[in-house]
Amino acid sequence: MNWEAFWLTVRLAALVSTLLIAIGIPIAYWLTYSRWRWKFLVEAAVALPIVLPPTVLGFYVLVALGSRSPLGRWWESITGHTLAFTFEGLVIGSLLYSLPFAVQPFAASFNAVDSKLLRASASLGASPVQTFRRIVLPLSKAGLVTGFALSFAHTLGEFGVVLMVGGNIPGVTRTISVDIYDQVQTANYSSANQTALLLLIISFLVLSVVYGVNRRAWAVGPWQ
Amino acid sequence: MSNFLALVLVFAGAFATAQEITVAAAADMSAALPELVASYAKKTGQSVKLSFGASGNLTNQIRNGAPFDIFLSADEGYPRQLITEGLASNDTLYRYAIGRLVLWVPGDSPLDLTRLGIKALLDPSVKKISLANPATAPYGRAAEAALRHFGIYDQVSSRLVVGENISQAAQFVESGNAQAGLIALSRALAPAMKDKGRYWTVPLDAYPTLNQAAVVLSRSKQRDAARKFLEFLRSPEATSLLTSYGFSLPAEKH
Repeated sequence: MNWEAFWLTVRLAALVSTLLIAIGIPIAYWLTYSRWRWKFLVEAAVALPIVLPPTVLGFYVLVALGSRSPLGRWWESITGHTLAFTFEGLVIGSLLYSLPFAVQPFAASFNAVDSKLLRASASLGASPVQTFRRIVLPLSKAGLVTGFALSFAHTLGEFGVVLMVGGNIPGVTRTISVDIYDQVQTANYSSANQTALLLLIISFLVLSVVYGVNRRAWAVGPWQ
Repeated sequence: MSNFLALVLVFAGAFATAQEITVAAAADMSAALPELVASYAKKTGQSVKLSFGASGNLTNQIRNGAPFDIFLSADEGYPRQLITEGLASNDTLYRYAIGRLVLWVPGDSPLDLTRLGIKALLDPSVKKISLANPATAPYGRAAEAALRHFGIYDQVSSRLVVGENISQAAQFVESGNAQAGLIALSRALAPAMKDKGRYWTVPLDAYPTLNQAAVVLSRSKQRDAARKFLEFLRSPEATSLLTSYGFSLPAEKH
Protein backbone atom coordinates (compact mmCIF):
# COMPACT_ATOMS: atom_id res chain seq x y z
CA MET A 1 0.00 0.00 0.00
CA ASN A 2 1.55 3.25 -1.16
CA TRP A 3 0.38 5.80 1.40
CA GLU A 4 2.35 8.62 -0.19
CA ALA A 5 0.39 8.16 -3.43
CA PHE A 6 -2.83 7.80 -1.45
CA TRP A 7 -2.48 11.06 0.46
CA LEU A 8 -1.26 12.87 -2.64
CA THR A 9 -4.43 11.80 -4.43
CA VAL A 10 -6.67 12.76 -1.50
CA ARG A 11 -4.96 16.18 -1.42
CA LEU A 12 -5.48 16.59 -5.16
CA ALA A 13 -9.13 15.54 -5.01
CA ALA A 14 -9.89 17.74 -1.97
CA LEU A 15 -8.24 20.77 -3.56
CA VAL A 16 -9.96 20.25 -6.91
CA SER A 17 -13.44 19.72 -5.47
CA THR A 18 -13.05 22.76 -3.19
CA LEU A 19 -11.92 24.94 -6.09
CA LEU A 20 -14.83 23.58 -8.13
CA ILE A 21 -17.27 24.87 -5.49
CA ALA A 22 -15.85 28.36 -6.03
CA ILE A 23 -15.70 28.05 -9.83
CA GLY A 24 -18.78 25.89 -10.30
CA ILE A 25 -21.33 27.99 -8.37
CA PRO A 26 -21.01 31.10 -10.59
CA ILE A 27 -21.10 28.96 -13.73
CA ALA A 28 -24.13 27.02 -12.49
CA TYR A 29 -25.79 30.29 -11.46
CA TRP A 30 -25.30 31.72 -14.93
CA LEU A 31 -26.49 28.50 -16.58
CA THR A 32 -29.64 28.52 -14.41
CA TYR A 33 -30.72 32.13 -14.81
CA SER A 34 -29.28 33.29 -18.12
CA ARG A 35 -31.75 33.69 -20.97
CA TRP A 36 -29.10 33.96 -23.66
CA ARG A 37 -30.29 32.02 -26.68
CA TRP A 38 -26.87 30.40 -27.25
CA LYS A 39 -26.65 29.21 -23.66
CA PHE A 40 -26.91 25.60 -24.83
CA LEU A 41 -23.46 25.94 -26.38
CA VAL A 42 -21.98 26.77 -22.97
CA GLU A 43 -23.92 23.87 -21.46
CA ALA A 44 -22.44 21.56 -24.07
CA ALA A 45 -18.93 22.90 -23.44
CA VAL A 46 -19.26 22.38 -19.69
CA ALA A 47 -20.49 18.81 -20.24
CA LEU A 48 -17.65 17.96 -22.67
CA PRO A 49 -15.36 16.20 -20.16
CA ILE A 50 -18.10 13.60 -19.55
CA VAL A 51 -17.75 12.28 -23.09
CA LEU A 52 -14.26 13.41 -24.04
CA PRO A 53 -11.52 10.77 -23.75
CA PRO A 54 -9.04 11.72 -20.99
CA THR A 55 -6.33 11.33 -23.62
CA VAL A 56 -7.74 14.31 -25.51
CA LEU A 57 -7.50 16.45 -22.40
CA GLY A 58 -4.05 15.04 -21.66
CA PHE A 59 -2.92 15.80 -25.19
CA TYR A 60 -4.02 19.42 -24.91
CA VAL A 61 -2.45 19.94 -21.52
CA LEU A 62 0.80 18.45 -22.85
CA VAL A 63 0.91 20.18 -26.22
CA ALA A 64 -1.31 23.26 -26.14
CA LEU A 65 -0.07 24.16 -22.67
CA GLY A 66 3.44 22.79 -23.27
CA SER A 67 6.59 24.85 -23.59
CA ARG A 68 6.16 25.22 -27.37
CA SER A 69 2.83 27.08 -27.14
CA PRO A 70 2.30 30.78 -26.29
CA LEU A 71 0.10 29.84 -23.34
CA GLY A 72 2.72 27.40 -22.08
CA ARG A 73 5.52 29.94 -22.44
CA TRP A 74 3.44 32.51 -20.53
CA TRP A 75 2.88 29.99 -17.73
CA GLU A 76 6.59 29.12 -17.73
CA SER A 77 7.61 32.80 -17.52
CA ILE A 78 5.46 33.21 -14.39
CA THR A 79 6.13 29.95 -12.58
CA GLY A 80 9.50 28.90 -14.02
CA HIS A 81 8.32 25.47 -15.11
CA THR A 82 5.92 23.81 -17.54
CA LEU A 83 2.53 22.53 -16.47
CA ALA A 84 3.38 18.95 -17.30
CA PHE A 85 4.98 16.87 -14.53
CA THR A 86 3.79 19.21 -11.76
CA PHE A 87 1.09 19.05 -9.10
CA GLU A 88 -0.40 22.30 -10.48
CA GLY A 89 -0.63 20.64 -13.88
CA LEU A 90 -2.66 17.82 -12.35
CA VAL A 91 -4.86 20.35 -10.53
CA ILE A 92 -5.63 22.25 -13.76
CA GLY A 93 -6.21 19.04 -15.72
CA SER A 94 -8.50 17.72 -12.98
CA LEU A 95 -10.44 20.99 -12.74
CA LEU A 96 -11.35 20.67 -16.42
CA TYR A 97 -11.86 16.93 -16.14
CA SER A 98 -14.25 17.13 -13.17
CA LEU A 99 -16.00 20.42 -13.99
CA PRO A 100 -19.35 18.92 -15.13
CA PHE A 101 -19.48 16.66 -12.09
CA ALA A 102 -19.73 19.79 -9.95
CA VAL A 103 -21.58 22.21 -12.22
CA GLN A 104 -24.40 19.90 -13.29
CA PRO A 105 -25.62 18.94 -9.77
CA PHE A 106 -25.28 22.61 -8.73
CA ALA A 107 -27.34 23.82 -11.68
CA ALA A 108 -29.92 21.07 -11.23
CA SER A 109 -30.48 21.99 -7.61
CA PHE A 110 -30.68 25.74 -8.38
CA ASN A 111 -33.27 24.92 -11.03
CA ALA A 112 -35.30 22.88 -8.57
CA VAL A 113 -35.88 25.85 -6.26
CA ASP A 114 -39.53 26.95 -6.54
CA SER A 115 -39.69 30.13 -8.59
CA LYS A 116 -42.53 31.41 -6.34
CA LEU A 117 -39.99 31.72 -3.53
CA LEU A 118 -37.71 33.79 -5.78
CA ARG A 119 -40.55 36.11 -6.72
CA ALA A 120 -41.65 36.44 -3.10
CA SER A 121 -38.07 37.31 -2.11
CA ALA A 122 -37.83 39.91 -4.88
CA SER A 123 -41.18 41.45 -3.92
CA LEU A 124 -39.84 41.89 -0.38
CA GLY A 125 -37.03 43.99 -1.84
CA ALA A 126 -34.16 41.47 -1.96
CA SER A 127 -31.61 41.83 -4.74
CA PRO A 128 -30.96 38.81 -6.99
CA VAL A 129 -27.67 38.19 -5.19
CA GLN A 130 -29.37 38.38 -1.78
CA THR A 131 -32.08 36.02 -2.97
CA PHE A 132 -29.46 33.63 -4.28
CA ARG A 133 -27.50 33.67 -1.04
CA ARG A 134 -30.42 33.46 1.36
CA ILE A 135 -32.95 31.38 -0.56
CA VAL A 136 -31.35 29.43 -3.39
CA LEU A 137 -28.06 28.35 -1.80
CA PRO A 138 -29.57 27.04 1.47
CA LEU A 139 -32.21 25.12 -0.48
CA SER A 140 -29.51 23.67 -2.76
CA LYS A 141 -27.42 22.11 0.00
CA ALA A 142 -28.00 18.61 -1.32
CA GLY A 143 -26.90 19.63 -4.81
CA LEU A 144 -23.79 21.32 -3.44
CA VAL A 145 -22.84 18.26 -1.40
CA THR A 146 -23.52 16.05 -4.44
CA GLY A 147 -21.35 18.19 -6.74
CA PHE A 148 -18.54 18.32 -4.19
CA ALA A 149 -18.65 14.57 -3.54
CA LEU A 150 -18.90 13.59 -7.22
CA SER A 151 -16.03 15.84 -8.31
CA PHE A 152 -13.97 14.54 -5.36
CA ALA A 153 -14.63 10.92 -6.33
CA HIS A 154 -14.10 11.59 -10.02
CA THR A 155 -10.71 13.22 -9.38
CA LEU A 156 -9.75 10.39 -7.03
CA GLY A 157 -10.20 7.93 -9.87
CA GLU A 158 -8.59 10.01 -12.59
CA PHE A 159 -6.10 8.00 -14.63
CA GLY A 160 -5.70 8.86 -18.30
CA VAL A 161 -4.85 12.53 -17.88
CA VAL A 162 -2.41 11.79 -15.07
CA LEU A 163 -0.71 9.04 -17.03
CA MET A 164 -0.24 11.40 -19.97
CA VAL A 165 0.96 14.54 -18.22
CA GLY A 166 2.11 13.39 -14.78
CA GLY A 167 5.47 11.78 -15.44
CA ASN A 168 4.92 9.41 -12.50
CA ILE A 169 6.97 11.39 -9.96
CA PRO A 170 6.66 9.98 -6.42
CA GLY A 171 5.07 12.51 -4.05
CA VAL A 172 4.30 14.95 -6.88
CA THR A 173 2.30 13.27 -9.62
CA ARG A 174 2.20 9.55 -8.79
CA THR A 175 -1.46 9.24 -7.90
CA ILE A 176 -3.14 6.19 -6.47
CA SER A 177 -4.58 5.04 -9.81
CA VAL A 178 -1.16 5.26 -11.50
CA ASP A 179 0.29 3.38 -8.53
CA ILE A 180 -2.27 0.59 -9.00
CA TYR A 181 -1.40 0.49 -12.71
CA ASP A 182 2.32 0.17 -11.91
CA GLN A 183 1.65 -2.55 -9.34
CA VAL A 184 -0.40 -4.52 -11.86
CA GLN A 185 2.17 -4.06 -14.63
CA THR A 186 4.92 -5.42 -12.39
CA ALA A 187 2.69 -8.35 -11.37
CA ASN A 188 2.58 -7.09 -7.79
CA TYR A 189 -1.02 -8.20 -7.41
CA SER A 190 -1.30 -8.30 -3.63
CA SER A 191 -0.30 -4.65 -3.34
CA ALA A 192 -2.58 -3.69 -6.24
CA ASN A 193 -5.35 -5.63 -4.54
CA GLN A 194 -5.06 -3.72 -1.25
CA THR A 195 -5.03 -0.35 -2.95
CA ALA A 196 -7.85 -1.24 -5.33
CA LEU A 197 -9.99 -2.46 -2.44
CA LEU A 198 -9.40 0.75 -0.51
CA LEU A 199 -10.39 2.81 -3.55
CA LEU A 200 -13.47 0.68 -4.07
CA ILE A 201 -14.56 1.22 -0.47
CA ILE A 202 -13.93 4.98 -0.61
CA SER A 203 -15.84 5.32 -3.88
CA PHE A 204 -18.76 3.39 -2.44
CA LEU A 205 -18.78 5.54 0.71
CA VAL A 206 -18.69 8.77 -1.29
CA LEU A 207 -21.57 7.66 -3.49
CA SER A 208 -23.50 6.51 -0.42
CA VAL A 209 -23.13 10.02 0.96
CA VAL A 210 -24.44 11.44 -2.32
CA TYR A 211 -27.52 9.21 -2.39
CA GLY A 212 -28.09 9.55 1.35
CA VAL A 213 -27.96 13.33 1.26
CA ASN A 214 -30.33 13.52 -1.68
CA ARG A 215 -32.83 11.22 -0.06
CA ARG A 216 -32.86 13.25 3.18
CA ALA A 217 -33.20 16.48 1.24
CA TRP A 218 -36.16 14.99 -0.52
CA ALA A 219 -37.86 14.24 2.80
CA VAL A 220 -37.44 17.72 4.32
CA GLY A 221 -37.77 19.72 1.10
CA PRO A 222 -39.91 22.84 1.38
CA TRP A 223 -42.07 21.82 -1.53
CA GLN A 224 -43.79 19.05 0.42
CA MET B 1 -30.13 -7.03 -42.64
CA SER B 2 -29.57 -10.73 -42.02
CA ASN B 3 -27.84 -10.96 -45.39
CA PHE B 4 -25.54 -8.20 -44.32
CA LEU B 5 -24.80 -9.99 -41.06
CA ALA B 6 -24.08 -13.20 -42.92
CA LEU B 7 -21.68 -11.34 -45.15
CA VAL B 8 -19.90 -9.87 -42.15
CA LEU B 9 -19.60 -13.32 -40.60
CA VAL B 10 -18.21 -14.77 -43.81
CA PHE B 11 -15.61 -12.04 -43.95
CA ALA B 12 -14.75 -12.45 -40.28
CA GLY B 13 -14.28 -16.16 -40.95
CA ALA B 14 -12.13 -15.44 -43.97
CA PHE B 15 -9.87 -13.18 -41.96
CA ALA B 16 -9.57 -15.68 -39.17
CA THR B 17 -8.33 -18.36 -41.56
CA ALA B 18 -5.86 -15.94 -43.18
CA GLN B 19 -3.42 -16.91 -40.41
CA GLU B 20 -2.72 -13.47 -39.13
CA ILE B 21 -0.03 -13.44 -36.48
CA THR B 22 0.27 -10.96 -33.65
CA VAL B 23 3.57 -9.64 -32.37
CA ALA B 24 3.97 -8.00 -28.98
CA ALA B 25 7.01 -5.77 -29.29
CA ALA B 26 9.07 -3.51 -27.08
CA ALA B 27 8.39 0.16 -27.79
CA ASP B 28 11.93 0.69 -29.13
CA MET B 29 10.79 -1.28 -32.21
CA SER B 30 7.81 0.97 -32.90
CA ALA B 31 9.46 2.65 -35.90
CA ALA B 32 11.50 -0.23 -37.35
CA LEU B 33 9.01 -3.07 -36.96
CA PRO B 34 6.14 -1.63 -39.06
CA GLU B 35 8.62 -1.30 -41.95
CA LEU B 36 9.79 -4.89 -41.49
CA VAL B 37 6.23 -6.15 -41.31
CA ALA B 38 5.20 -4.25 -44.42
CA SER B 39 8.02 -5.73 -46.45
CA TYR B 40 7.33 -9.20 -45.01
CA ALA B 41 3.66 -8.93 -45.95
CA LYS B 42 4.56 -7.88 -49.48
CA LYS B 43 6.86 -10.84 -49.86
CA THR B 44 4.85 -13.61 -48.23
CA GLY B 45 1.27 -12.35 -47.99
CA GLN B 46 1.46 -12.99 -44.26
CA SER B 47 -0.22 -10.19 -42.33
CA VAL B 48 1.22 -9.31 -38.95
CA LYS B 49 -0.53 -7.31 -36.25
CA LEU B 50 1.62 -5.28 -33.87
CA SER B 51 1.16 -4.35 -30.25
CA PHE B 52 3.75 -2.10 -28.62
CA GLY B 53 4.50 -1.45 -24.97
CA ALA B 54 7.15 -1.61 -22.28
CA SER B 55 8.64 -5.11 -22.25
CA GLY B 56 7.61 -5.60 -18.61
CA ASN B 57 4.02 -4.56 -19.34
CA LEU B 58 3.84 -6.93 -22.31
CA THR B 59 5.28 -9.77 -20.20
CA ASN B 60 2.54 -9.19 -17.68
CA GLN B 61 -0.11 -9.14 -20.40
CA ILE B 62 1.26 -12.45 -21.75
CA ARG B 63 1.08 -13.92 -18.25
CA ASN B 64 -2.56 -12.93 -18.17
CA GLY B 65 -3.40 -14.65 -21.41
CA ALA B 66 -2.85 -11.98 -24.07
CA PRO B 67 -3.28 -13.61 -27.50
CA PHE B 68 0.19 -12.90 -28.92
CA ASP B 69 2.20 -15.28 -31.09
CA ILE B 70 5.61 -13.64 -30.79
CA PHE B 71 7.25 -11.50 -28.14
CA LEU B 72 10.09 -9.12 -29.03
CA SER B 73 11.54 -7.92 -25.75
CA ALA B 74 14.04 -5.11 -25.16
CA ASP B 75 15.91 -7.35 -22.76
CA GLU B 76 16.48 -11.05 -22.50
CA GLY B 77 15.30 -11.35 -18.92
CA TYR B 78 11.58 -11.11 -19.64
CA PRO B 79 11.44 -13.87 -22.30
CA ARG B 80 13.56 -16.07 -20.02
CA GLN B 81 11.04 -15.55 -17.21
CA LEU B 82 8.24 -16.57 -19.58
CA ILE B 83 10.18 -19.68 -20.59
CA THR B 84 10.62 -20.62 -16.91
CA GLU B 85 6.88 -20.19 -16.43
CA GLY B 86 6.17 -22.41 -19.42
CA LEU B 87 4.68 -19.57 -21.44
CA ALA B 88 7.31 -19.43 -24.19
CA SER B 89 9.34 -22.05 -25.99
CA ASN B 90 13.01 -22.16 -25.13
CA ASP B 91 14.22 -23.40 -28.53
CA THR B 92 12.86 -20.31 -30.30
CA LEU B 93 14.62 -17.78 -28.05
CA TYR B 94 17.30 -15.76 -29.76
CA ARG B 95 18.91 -12.34 -29.61
CA TYR B 96 18.09 -10.40 -32.73
CA ALA B 97 19.83 -7.13 -31.87
CA ILE B 98 21.42 -4.99 -29.19
CA GLY B 99 19.71 -1.76 -28.23
CA ARG B 100 21.56 1.49 -27.59
CA LEU B 101 20.72 4.18 -25.07
CA VAL B 102 21.14 7.83 -26.04
CA LEU B 103 20.83 11.19 -24.36
CA TRP B 104 18.52 13.25 -26.59
CA VAL B 105 17.83 16.99 -26.53
CA PRO B 106 15.49 19.03 -28.77
CA GLY B 107 17.06 20.95 -31.66
CA ASP B 108 16.63 24.31 -29.93
CA SER B 109 18.48 23.16 -26.81
CA PRO B 110 21.60 25.22 -25.94
CA LEU B 111 23.38 22.16 -24.50
CA ASP B 112 26.63 21.08 -26.16
CA LEU B 113 26.27 17.31 -25.98
CA THR B 114 29.52 16.44 -27.76
CA ARG B 115 31.53 18.40 -25.19
CA LEU B 116 29.52 17.65 -22.06
CA GLY B 117 28.17 14.14 -22.67
CA ILE B 118 26.02 12.93 -19.79
CA LYS B 119 27.19 15.90 -17.67
CA ALA B 120 24.89 18.07 -19.83
CA LEU B 121 22.14 16.87 -17.49
CA LEU B 122 23.70 18.89 -14.66
CA ASP B 123 23.06 22.14 -16.55
CA PRO B 124 20.50 24.29 -14.67
CA SER B 125 18.45 24.72 -17.85
CA VAL B 126 17.57 21.02 -17.66
CA LYS B 127 14.54 21.05 -15.38
CA LYS B 128 13.10 17.68 -16.35
CA ILE B 129 14.81 14.56 -17.69
CA SER B 130 12.57 11.91 -19.18
CA LEU B 131 13.24 8.20 -19.05
CA ALA B 132 11.15 5.06 -19.32
CA ASN B 133 9.74 3.44 -16.19
CA PRO B 134 12.63 1.36 -14.71
CA ALA B 135 10.10 -1.01 -13.15
CA THR B 136 8.79 -2.20 -16.51
CA ALA B 137 11.06 -0.89 -19.28
CA PRO B 138 14.60 -2.19 -19.90
CA TYR B 139 15.66 1.21 -21.28
CA GLY B 140 14.48 2.79 -18.04
CA ARG B 141 16.72 0.45 -16.08
CA ALA B 142 19.58 1.14 -18.49
CA ALA B 143 19.08 4.90 -18.03
CA GLU B 144 19.14 4.57 -14.25
CA ALA B 145 22.24 2.36 -14.42
CA ALA B 146 24.00 4.88 -16.68
CA LEU B 147 23.20 7.78 -14.33
CA ARG B 148 24.66 5.77 -11.45
CA HIS B 149 27.65 4.72 -13.56
CA PHE B 150 28.54 8.37 -14.14
CA GLY B 151 27.87 9.17 -10.48
CA ILE B 152 25.20 11.81 -11.14
CA TYR B 153 22.07 9.87 -10.18
CA ASP B 154 21.61 11.61 -6.82
CA GLN B 155 22.09 15.04 -8.39
CA VAL B 156 19.42 14.52 -11.04
CA SER B 157 16.98 12.12 -9.35
CA SER B 158 14.57 14.92 -8.34
CA ARG B 159 14.29 15.98 -11.98
CA LEU B 160 13.45 12.60 -13.48
CA VAL B 161 10.06 12.14 -15.12
CA VAL B 162 8.98 8.65 -15.95
CA GLY B 163 7.28 7.66 -19.17
CA GLU B 164 5.09 4.58 -19.30
CA ASN B 165 7.45 3.14 -21.93
CA ILE B 166 10.30 4.41 -24.12
CA SER B 167 7.84 5.97 -26.59
CA GLN B 168 6.26 8.16 -23.94
CA ALA B 169 9.69 9.08 -22.57
CA ALA B 170 10.65 10.15 -26.10
CA GLN B 171 7.40 12.08 -26.52
CA PHE B 172 7.96 13.96 -23.22
CA VAL B 173 11.26 15.37 -24.49
CA GLU B 174 10.23 15.69 -28.16
CA SER B 175 7.28 17.89 -27.11
CA GLY B 176 9.64 20.10 -25.10
CA ASN B 177 7.99 19.32 -21.77
CA ALA B 178 11.26 17.74 -20.65
CA GLN B 179 14.55 19.38 -21.68
CA ALA B 180 16.50 16.14 -22.05
CA GLY B 181 15.64 12.48 -22.34
CA LEU B 182 17.38 9.13 -21.99
CA ILE B 183 15.78 7.19 -24.82
CA ALA B 184 16.43 4.43 -27.34
CA LEU B 185 18.72 5.23 -30.27
CA SER B 186 16.09 3.58 -32.48
CA ARG B 187 13.63 6.31 -31.44
CA ALA B 188 16.16 9.09 -32.02
CA LEU B 189 16.70 7.79 -35.57
CA ALA B 190 12.98 7.32 -36.29
CA PRO B 191 11.53 9.71 -38.91
CA ALA B 192 9.34 11.40 -36.29
CA MET B 193 12.34 12.58 -34.24
CA LYS B 194 15.32 12.47 -36.56
CA ASP B 195 15.42 16.13 -37.56
CA LYS B 196 14.06 17.51 -34.33
CA GLY B 197 17.02 17.12 -32.05
CA ARG B 198 20.55 15.94 -31.30
CA TYR B 199 21.79 12.99 -29.32
CA TRP B 200 24.81 11.65 -27.51
CA THR B 201 25.29 7.88 -27.48
CA VAL B 202 25.77 6.56 -23.96
CA PRO B 203 28.82 4.23 -23.92
CA LEU B 204 27.97 0.54 -23.78
CA ASP B 205 29.91 -0.05 -20.57
CA ALA B 206 27.66 2.37 -18.64
CA TYR B 207 24.69 0.02 -18.46
CA PRO B 208 23.89 -3.70 -18.74
CA THR B 209 23.67 -4.77 -22.39
CA LEU B 210 20.20 -4.35 -23.86
CA ASN B 211 19.94 -7.73 -25.57
CA GLN B 212 16.83 -7.60 -27.74
CA ALA B 213 15.38 -11.09 -27.64
CA ALA B 214 12.61 -12.77 -29.60
CA VAL B 215 10.57 -15.77 -28.58
CA VAL B 216 7.53 -17.71 -29.83
CA LEU B 217 4.83 -17.94 -27.17
CA SER B 218 3.37 -21.25 -26.02
CA ARG B 219 -0.22 -20.08 -26.41
CA SER B 220 0.31 -19.36 -30.10
CA LYS B 221 -1.86 -21.42 -32.42
CA GLN B 222 0.31 -20.51 -35.38
CA ARG B 223 3.79 -21.46 -34.30
CA ASP B 224 4.96 -22.29 -37.79
CA ALA B 225 3.95 -18.89 -39.13
CA ALA B 226 5.54 -17.30 -36.06
CA ARG B 227 8.81 -19.20 -36.55
CA LYS B 228 8.92 -18.13 -40.18
CA PHE B 229 8.59 -14.51 -39.20
CA LEU B 230 11.44 -14.88 -36.72
CA GLU B 231 13.56 -16.41 -39.48
CA PHE B 232 12.83 -13.33 -41.56
CA LEU B 233 14.11 -11.21 -38.66
CA ARG B 234 17.53 -12.85 -39.17
CA SER B 235 17.58 -12.23 -42.92
CA PRO B 236 20.08 -9.72 -44.34
CA GLU B 237 17.21 -7.45 -45.35
CA ALA B 238 15.82 -7.33 -41.81
CA THR B 239 19.18 -6.97 -40.10
CA SER B 240 20.25 -4.14 -42.38
CA LEU B 241 17.02 -2.29 -41.57
CA LEU B 242 17.58 -2.87 -37.86
CA THR B 243 21.11 -1.52 -38.20
CA SER B 244 19.80 1.58 -39.94
CA TYR B 245 17.68 2.20 -36.83
CA GLY B 246 20.78 2.09 -34.66
CA PHE B 247 20.50 -1.47 -33.41
CA SER B 248 23.76 -3.37 -33.46
CA LEU B 249 23.80 -7.08 -34.21
CA PRO B 250 24.78 -9.57 -31.51
CA ALA B 251 27.71 -10.98 -33.52
CA GLU B 252 29.30 -7.61 -34.27
CA LYS B 253 28.95 -6.39 -30.69
CA HIS B 254 31.30 -3.41 -29.89
